[in-house]
Amino acid sequence: MVNELVLDHLSVRFALPGKFSLPGATVAAVNDVSLRIRPGECVALVGESGCGKTVLANALLGFLPGNAQTSGTATLTGDGPSLDLLTTSDTVLATTVRGRRIGLIPQSPAAHLTPVRTARAQLEEAVRVHHPTDTAPRDHAHRVAARAGLSPDDLDRYPHELSGGMAQRVANALALVGDPWLLIADEPTTGLDRHLVDGLIEEFRRMVADGRAVLLITHDLAAAQRIADRIAVMYAGRIIEIGPTRKVLEVPRHHYSRGLVDALPDRAFTPIPGQPPLLTDLPAGCSFAPRCDQAAPVCAERPTLTDDDHAVACHLPC
Amino acid sequence: MLTGLRADAITAGYDPRHPVLTDFSLTVHSGQTFGLAGPSGSGKSTLARVLALLHKPFAGTVHLDGVPVTGFRQRAPRAQRTRIGVLFQQPRLSVDPRMTLRTAIAEPLRANGRPADRVDELAELVMLTPELLVRRPHEVSDGQLQRACLARALALRPGYLVCDEMTTMLDASTTAALVNVIRDYQRQTGAGVLAISHDTVLLDHWADHVVTLDNATAGN
Ligand code: SF4
Repeated sequence: MVNELVLDHLSVRFALPGKFSLPGATVAAVNDVSLRIRPGECVALVGESGCGKTVLANALLGFLPGNAQTSGTATLTGDGPSLDLLTTSDTVLATTVRGRRIGLIPQSPAAHLTPVRTARAQLEEAVRVHHPTDTAPRDHAHRVAARAGLSPDDLDRYPHELSGGMAQRVANALALVGDPWLLIADEPTTGLDRHLVDGLIEEFRRMVADGRAVLLITHDLAAAQRIADRIAVMYAGRIIEIGPTRKVLEVPRHHYSRGLVDALPDRAFTPIPGQPPLLTDLPAGCSFAPRCDQAAPVCAERPTLTDDDHAVACHLPC
Repeated sequence: MLTGLRADAITAGYDPRHPVLTDFSLTVHSGQTFGLAGPSGSGKSTLARVLALLHKPFAGTVHLDGVPVTGFRQRAPRAQRTRIGVLFQQPRLSVDPRMTLRTAIAEPLRANGRPADRVDELAELVMLTPELLVRRPHEVSDGQLQRACLARALALRPGYLVCDEMTTMLDASTTAALVNVIRDYQRQTGAGVLAISHDTVLLDHWADHVVTLDNATAGN
């Protein structure tokens, strides 16, 4: 069976405990997301903080907190049994999925590494966990490190002795040890200097060329533009537009995507008026309607995502 | 009268033997936006903290409107400290998690014995709606929290604003919105802004002029 991850009408809700200022409310963090990811492509999930993109990533990794309720499915196929990631137990996810079929590239690699152990010790341990029968874990660690652009000498360092770029490479190497076909990267470029972003982009392109898939979660449209083959724009928990990167950025079809593109400093640098709706109180129709200059009576009904190559959920697309 | 927030031959850092910034000078003029770019480790953030009077340099002087600053941190004279507003990269680290956004915005007003009745006006300035003001940091997004931090930074009508990687966590629209709020504030008050970022595309479109701090101008 081919490797594939298929999200089908995936939703995640949180029941807020009483200590919040809105006791008893439900947060609709991810709403009805359908998406297919295959090897050999990088898909960027773009949206502002609070739009649900990180919750979606956490749902796929089994990292949702106890008060989360999910519906829909996230089916992982190929390289092992077909699984619905939403209903698979954490034990199964920990032993057969995370690190082996899905790798995680963390947001701040330096903080992700154990401070008192060298990069080699951490990499070798990961090799032993993922390849228990390998009789030469050190050589294996060196091979993985080399693939991520590290020399054996680099591995003798402790995390605090690694530059930002090297820490990133160690984290990438760790994510690749179990040979997952899908990598999920949550805001990997945030706060990185230009040359580190360049290095990371190159690394992602190499992973994709190797036949892996990368799901990039980011608020940074400019970074997505440089890495992704496809961009999915999320707003208020929904994918409102998805298509080839060039098309989404050059001829956006949703009014929110157009607004985001226009907000870039090297475009008009103008903000979208208003603010996103509260996820505890989403409008019944199009969630963007209160901010949309094209809103019409028809927008009181929720638009559905079209199913073409460059899909949009809007009654009156640009 | 001499105006401007001036760093004069500043040497600063955390270890006197290895300062991250050596003999560095710049002036943020009133009404202008000075862009400071450079990679991490180049001393940008140290300079931001020195100019916000939050970090004492090893050598050199900060002049505020022609007057040398005589103390830093708690020792900074209140009249000087309140002339400078600051914004950081991580709004979550700069707001007490127990405070509502309303309390957080009012904090500098209270601390300086001023009436807190400006909070609504400040909230409106940064486009925070009343239902968000009763929330606590973990109940709002990074963008909403950074809006509250900007309102707080403007509460005492500072003459200068130091923005250290203020937009790193923000999406394009929130970035553009906050930059617009700052520009409007500058137009009304003639405030000077130091905009620090590793994003040169942003600085090229935000600042009146941009200087790049590299490891050669900084430390060793
Ligand atoms: S559906 Fe209507 S309100 Fe929503 S983006 Fe399209 S035109 Fe605007």
